[in-house]
Amino acid sequence: MREVLEGSHAVSEAVRLAKVQVMSAYPITPQTHIVEALSEFCEDGTMDARFICVESEHSAMAAVVGASTCGVRTFTATSSHGLALMHEMLHWASAARLPIVMAEVNRALGPGWNIWMDQTDSLAQRDTGWIQLYCENGQDVLDTTLQAFRLAEMVNLPVMVVLDAFFLSHTYEDIDVPDQKAVDRFLPPLSPRIQLSTQNPCAIGQMSPPAFYTENRHSIQAAMEQVQGRFENIQEEFEPVFGRKYAPLEAIECEDADVIMVMAGTAASTCREVISDLRSQGEKVGLLKLKMFRPFPTMLIRKILGDTQKVAVVDRNFSFGVSGIFAQEIKAALCNHDNHPPVFGYIAGLGGRDVTPDILKQVYHMTKTASFPKEDGVWIDLNN
Amino acid sequence: MQEIRFHGRGGQGTVVASVVLAKAFFKAGYHVQTFPVFGVERRGAPVEAYLRLDADKKILIRSNVYTPDHVVVQDIKLLQNVDVTKGLKPGGWILLNAPGIPEHPERFSEYRLAVVDAGKIAIGHKLGTRTQPIINTAMIGAFARIMEMPPMEAIAEAIEKEIPVKPRQNILAAKQAYEEVQMIENQG
Repeated sequence: MREVLEGSHAVSEAVRLAKVQVMSAYPITPQTHIVEALSEFCEDGTMDARFICVESEHSAMAAVVGASTCGVRTFTATSSHGLALMHEMLHWASAARLPIVMAEVNRALGPGWNIWMDQTDSLAQRDTGWIQLYCENGQDVLDTTLQAFRLAEMVNLPVMVVLDAFFLSHTYEDIDVPDQKAVDRFLPPLSPRIQLSTQNPCAIGQMSPPAFYTENRHSIQAAMEQVQGRFENIQEEFEPVFGRKYAPLEAIECEDADVIMVMAGTAASTCREVISDLRSQGEKVGLLKLKMFRPFPTMLIRKILGDTQKVAVVDRNFSFGVSGIFAQEIKAALCNHDNHPPVFGYIAGLGGRDVTPDILKQVYHMTKTASFPKEDGVWIDLNN
Repeated sequence: MQEIRFHGRGGQGTVVASVVLAKAFFKAGYHVQTFPVFGVERRGAPVEAYLRLDADKKILIRSNVYTPDHVVVQDIKLLQNVDVTKGLKPGGWILLNAPGIPEHPERFSEYRLAVVDAGKIAIGHKLGTRTQPIINTAMIGAFARIMEMPPMEAIAEAIEKEIPVKPRQNILAAKQAYEEVQMIENQG
């Protein structure tokens, strides 16, 4: 049924429909509305699930690691400093091959205390072995959360569903909330491949000396390498039931584009409008929306961007001493492609600063008129 | 697409007003998007919320509203320290909660002014207290009148869903404000 729903509640609804069994979370703005609704669902019997209250995000992740190890479907949500505090346990979740799903609301880190939109928190966790999927609107959030459980349980890796603070988490819009029967058809109950059980006693997470550690890491990478294909398979199951599908990367008007703009999150939605304006003025511009960031779809990136003239990446994040993180990854993906295009990096929209259509048009025009990037990242919305 | 900016104070139900309107417009067939300008809110501090409506197309833009078609001002005293007409398109409505026509209405001559005594209406329906009336549902009713949409049935339904406390009185307040709002189109 279509209804007007807040982005945070699009997550909560998906978690309810996924029949998650154990949740644990510590509240932090702007994630709070997600877990408030879920704790109410547990309290009023809407969900047959256990909500474990904890004293920190580190413990929240530890609690779902424990529950997931016992073979139940688990969920948590956090943001910014909460995610940073979880860091150690994020490695545990992926290395123990646990299909945990987490909603991560992109928020800036302090000091310079800031509760607003910024991608640096999730991108700083890129090496933890979590799959990362970025969302651009409320429907995308709901559908991606549902798909995240399917994906996590197929490859036995944890999935982070990433949504913009406020521009998505606190924005109400019309969203199709599927009915339970449809979701049950798409997402069967979890049949765990790893499970602590008194019937079959075993130890999990033991010492892995040099003789085994490399193979252990290699097997995680092998699972990661299956993710893109599995994600595409999931769409074949999802579309007939729900009428929607998603791609690891979405190419909009890219075939004949001279400049392709690249970004993730709600900025990509605004950019769709900008692309259509610029196209109507005869500009040959395209948009590549990044949905899947881990694993990074390198071959797909080369296919879409490899032969265009220029690439302009908009990063709402920053790695001090280098540049925007998406720009780095795009460059790395393209460097072994013959005659690859120059990659122009732009930093915009940090700490909740708005990424307006005007900023995106400025990014396009600067890229179009420059012959080669003079610096690794242009801070395009810096106040003078 | 139409863009509406709400000005209110923390605790006045500004965000709830924008959500109720979004739900009512959705019921009437519109694509909708609404979100608060989220600060570290304190009771009484100026707050803003945005509402986008489109009768035909899915709303793609997700940045803030800078050039609203109309503005809703939930407290006349906000005029002293907030530039409520900033970016407002000429000819757009300013819907103001005030006991009467504000002083110097000529300062709004580029726009259309509508005034409703939402405080009096709210108190009449025992919504909130005399010093802190809950005025947001009256403002919603007045807004529906000046926009000539959404229909009152859609508003009543949205209020019932969104406002658990005194829904009947809130609906009556919206209806009364719909009848009583004064539209002053050429005040210059």
